[in-house]
Amino acid sequence: MYKYANPAEFQRLAARLLPWVGGATVILFALGLYYGLYASPVDYQQGHTVRIMYVHVPAAWMAMFSYVVVAGASAPSLIWTHPLADVAARAAAPIGAVFTALALITGMLWGEPLWGTWWEWDARMTSVLVLFFLYLGDIALWDAIDNPATASRAAAILALVGVINIPIIKFSVDWWNSLHQPASVLRLDGPSIHGDMLIPLFIMFAAAKLYFITVLLWRMRGELTKAKIRALESAARARAELSEETP
Amino acid sequence: MTGPLSEFFAMGGYAFYVWASYGAAAIALGVLAYISYRRDRVTAARLETLRQNAPHRRRAATPQGSDHGA
Repeated sequence: MYKYANPAEFQRLAARLLPWVGGATVILFALGLYYGLYASPVDYQQGHTVRIMYVHVPAAWMAMFSYVVVAGASAPSLIWTHPLADVAARAAAPIGAVFTALALITGMLWGEPLWGTWWEWDARMTSVLVLFFLYLGDIALWDAIDNPATASRAAAILALVGVINIPIIKFSVDWWNSLHQPASVLRLDGPSIHGDMLIPLFIMFAAAKLYFITVLLWRMRGELTKAKIRALESAARARAELSEETP
Repeated sequence: MTGPLSEFFAMGGYAFYVWASYGAAAIALGVLAYISYRRDRVTAARLETLRQNAPHRRRAATPQGSDHGA
């Protein structure tokens, strides 16, 4: 594990993993679309709107998962100022923000035909909206602060404080009276969804997870390369200044 | 207009909600993946040019060139 915390080892690992993870992402999304849009049954109450579940639920799970990754990478970045953890935290935040936005959008598109409303300020929806703003705040801090060390510290502190929101999202449907339905997959007495609907759900979830890994690796590699370019450019500037002084 | 294909697209009357959900996901995830991939490629190419243009650094470059492998 510590081996891959080294940026050079990470580059080698990323180059080996990317074709496989990226290819599997495409295959799983294709399968998930086939089952989700076509080969899965229609719900007897909600009709075809049940198909929105195969986008909405994986997006919402990934929204929370991505935040745990951002916070999990922020902790070592804050404590040991680890460069790779820093890069991971920064690279994961925009992916999480996109999944959160999708969870909110598809939730509205599901809520309107089912509940008769696009939006309700109840605990589940409000706490997911707060998650979206936490992501935006994290990204904004990275961009707003010029000194990279200060920016990473500020973003890491925000990410770690915001972790409190994750259990609030998860249990919001139990703690408060919500329009949103309670958990129906991850529950102690087993899923309350029919097996034919669980297949596309889990395929889409696996696809979303692999998508996250693929895009995270691309983004981390891009960040590492940018850091190298900055180092080379400042070295070139230093050389140029030196040669001007000694003709 | 009641072929199996138009029936599929109609989604039992919920076409807008279903297709908007899948469409939003496809666009958002597609754009994010494309931006992330492109930035990786563009920065890698820029690093390669910088290394070739810096004569003092040539020694430091590995025989394989970049760290990105294939």
